[in-house]
Amino acid sequence: MAERARVAVQTAPFDVAVELAALTAGRHDIGAIGSFVGTVRDSAGGRRLAAMVLEHYPAMTERALAGIVAQAGQRWPLLGVTVIHRVGRLVPGDGIVLVLAASAHRAAALGATGFLIDWLKTGAPFWKQEYFVDGTSAWVAARAEDDAAAAAWATVPPPAR
Amino acid sequence: MAELHVLYFAWLRERLGRAEEALALPAGVTTVAALRQHLIARGDAYAALAEPTVRVAVNQAMAGPATRVAPGDEIAFFPPVTGG
Repeated sequence: MAERARVAVQTAPFDVAVELAALTAGRHDIGAIGSFVGTVRDSAGGRRLAAMVLEHYPAMTERALAGIVAQAGQRWPLLGVTVIHRVGRLVPGDGIVLVLAASAHRAAALGATGFLIDWLKTGAPFWKQEYFVDGTSAWVAARAEDDAAAAAWATVPPPAR
Repeated sequence: MAELHVLYFAWLRERLGRAEEALALPAGVTTVAALRQHLIARGDAYAALAEPTVRVAVNQAMAGPATRVAPGDEIAFFPPVTGG
């Protein structure tokens, strides 16, 4: 388990610099931090996007995220993890999700970051609804590639510690 | 509490026109699969629950067709997740 795990679901924006500083404050054992930021694009399927609304299952969300963080902590020697996922109405350019994973070395930091976002995309109860400039809206369909990316981690042997 | 608390999310919530309902555990229903069939049998919009991609969580944990359901449980039906 990561020594420091911060999991949050919020409507407010996140500040990557603030989160990086909080993750590393007072620490001199961290040698590598992997990061992933997901943002809202201005088009989907060739149509111009005006906004996106993210719905979630509040009672389950933080539990699911904490479970995914715990899984990452079993696979890699992590020194800290931050996962922040926004909900509510977002517009193109807005941050949706932030993943930070800190370790002594880059292989663990980068591996854990990829694992966390791949598993979050298929295992945490969030749903996106896209609102287009033309006034229509649609629920985002799950992508088979996302399931494949999450499942692929099962075939990756845990790194040597 | 003798009832089930049933939740619906995303397009399932929209099609059913409700986000949640309290449901007395129907006689003979002891699994997720049986509860799903019971709800589908209501017909109309509830046929959406027959969509094979619809997932189920029992007490905030992902569940399979054979997962047991009991009075007091919170059962959630939802489409595949699309966060991240």
